[in-house]
Amino acid sequence: MLLEQLSNARGVSGNEAPVRDLLIEAIKAHVSEYRVDHIGNLIAHKKARSARKSAPKVMLAAHMDEVGLIIVHHESNGHLRFRVVGSIDPRVLLSKVVLIGKDKIPGVIGVKPIHLLKKKERDQVIDVEAMTIDIGAKSKEDAQGAVKIGDYAAFATEFGAVGDGLVKGKALDDRTGCAALVEILKRDYPFDLYGVFTVQEEVGLRGARVAAYAIEPDVAFVLESTVCDDSPKKKDVSPTTRLGDGPAITLADRSFISDRRLVHLLVETAKENRIPFQFKQPMIGGTDAGRIHLTKEGVPSAAVAVPTRYIHSPVSLLSLHDYQNMVALMTKTLPKLTKL
Amino acid sequence: MSVKDLLQKLSEASGVTGYEHAVREIVIDEFRPYADEVQVTTLGSVIALKRGARDAKTATVKAPAPKVLIEGHMDEIGLMVTDIDHGFIRFAPVGGFDARVLLAQEVIVHGKKPLRGIIGSRPPHVMTEEERNKVIPIRDLFIDVGLPEARVRELVQVGDLITIARKMVSLKNNLVAGKAFDDRAAIVTIAEALRQLAAIKHTWDVYAVANVQEEDGAWFGGAFTSTYRINPDVAVALDVSHADQPDTTEINAVPIDQGMGIAMGPNIHPRVHQKLVEVAKANEIPFKVTAYPGPTGTDAWAIQVVREGIPTGLIDIPLRYMHTSVETLSPNDLERIGRLLAHFCASLDDKFLKELNGEANGGEERTGTRKPRNAARKTAKKRNDHAA
Repeated sequence: MLLEQLSNARGVSGNEAPVRDLLIEAIKAHVSEYRVDHIGNLIAHKKARSARKSAPKVMLAAHMDEVGLIIVHHESNGHLRFRVVGSIDPRVLLSKVVLIGKDKIPGVIGVKPIHLLKKKERDQVIDVEAMTIDIGAKSKEDAQGAVKIGDYAAFATEFGAVGDGLVKGKALDDRTGCAALVEILKRDYPFDLYGVFTVQEEVGLRGARVAAYAIEPDVAFVLESTVCDDSPKKKDVSPTTRLGDGPAITLADRSFISDRRLVHLLVETAKENRIPFQFKQPMIGGTDAGRIHLTKEGVPSAAVAVPTRYIHSPVSLLSLHDYQNMVALMTKTLPKLTKL
Repeated sequence: MSVKDLLQKLSEASGVTGYEHAVREIVIDEFRPYADEVQVTTLGSVIALKRGARDAKTATVKAPAPKVLIEGHMDEIGLMVTDIDHGFIRFAPVGGFDARVLLAQEVIVHGKKPLRGIIGSRPPHVMTEEERNKVIPIRDLFIDVGLPEARVRELVQVGDLITIARKMVSLKNNLVAGKAFDDRAAIVTIAEALRQLAAIKHTWDVYAVANVQEEDGAWFGGAFTSTYRINPDVAVALDVSHADQPDTTEINAVPIDQGMGIAMGPNIHPRVHQKLVEVAKANEIPFKVTAYPGPTGTDAWAIQVVREGIPTGLIDIPLRYMHTSVETLSPNDLERIGRLLAHFCASLDDKFLKELNGEANGGEERTGTRKPRNAARKTAKKRNDHAA
């Protein structure tokens, strides 16, 4: 499964090449042309099957990058200091295995044993600045021989099936969107379609901005994996989305307001085709649409996402039904697009 | 099986305190080829006996061979299901878990069938600054097995065990990281000692023991009961201890890959300690003496007071990040400890037994003449009482 390969591949923001290589292989037989731009976006162009005059130029975007770590210092005892790339809750890092650099050097994020903690320390969250990675190096020099400053580290999580029709893995945000975009690119459409696999979404929606500038689309959709916070809680707060209830359509988040005409089209198409869908709780998170919709004179945009539990942690979880329904929703909606 | 391979096999097996059966099968398979006899105790500890080559004619001490016990515990810390909450599983720790190392771990829920699960964490997108700065107590954590509530209730019940799903990882310089090295690493050293003893002459009977129920915190169920059954003349416990690691100033830290700690303190019989040191030196095995002013927190603490008291030693296996799923150690240390144990067992003779019987834990004078073992112990006890 492509999603499995993509999830297991390592592509922390700024270092998306391994993911991009997989995607090039996956799309090259299905697109008219593709290129990699200066910042690293993979831009695939699928020419219209039969061009209509009114046909819009459509951009679909999914981001290749994932949250992870970057090595910043070698300690004299051979341990490595690091910082997070993208937004990671430091509390999920302890007692995890990471793979560093292109040689995939394994390392562990250890912690002072519970036996040696003062009572007060047990209740203290450990800052990233205080954590280290242990690769087994004996000294600074030994560590320097294996890992360089600036090497990226990703979680050593393996993709796999869980429960009933669910899968777990790292970086499902947003390899899910990438896998869906590959599926979508396998079909023909009556308009020029640009499939963009963006870089650096997790550090500020960087890739999408320049890709949209280059493409100048008439319409854009962002395919995502989004917050699903539907575990039981004491407080009555929104789950944002619910696992298994279908793809989530964004009305508005912290980065943009969806074009209401596109939302309407998505909803009508879902209803016509009996594809389950849900609305994402507004004003949570942000996506590449936040940059795309501001391109040049503005681009009507919408975002659709697969609800994913535990995103931005070493292991996240989603429903393959939601994923398949997102692909179905998009492949049914796209042929109906006209210039807005 | 190599030291590293056996460690991996034992580490990846599940055996939470009180539920050691899967690990026990591996231990029995591993000990049996080197043992004359293998027994399982009432509580589930494994006792492998390798008889000494004792010449009855020249023996100056009692006819049955004296007994040396070498032991480690095979249970591990884990989690237990306490409730099913809207299809998610609530749990409590079995043994000392730091709540902070549990978030976002992959686990196996040992229900009617093993279920893959995740200890869920809320994404940073939805948390307030205040929420991010709090350690989430274990009672508020939950496990997601990706099944509807009805299926979860069918497959999982309160009391089912949960272990962290962690495959052993190889690091640089032949170090490895994984779960449950505490105290499966000791079982590896004991297996290694048995393997080496196949080629080294020893006159004492060697009892190699994998005990249950050490991590329950206080009562050392395995160590008390199996030691009672064996009634050894000398015992050496093996347990992990804190190695060099960031952010600690542990005085007893033995650096990884530099041998082991040979413990000293009230828990330790000084003559057993001394013998371990002598054997290490004679065989050029590196070690550091570690000092414990009181309880060692190991099976040695129980063994020492079984029956009328057992002269007990303790070997520290250097380990980083104890009680996490990335416990880190050097298999080189395990080989060294195995070698030390084998030579220690082989070095035991009638003379040593005589010395032991004349010397109390904490007393330096010797009686000079051997007394029957129990009598000697009584004397020793009296002397201790007197000193106190």
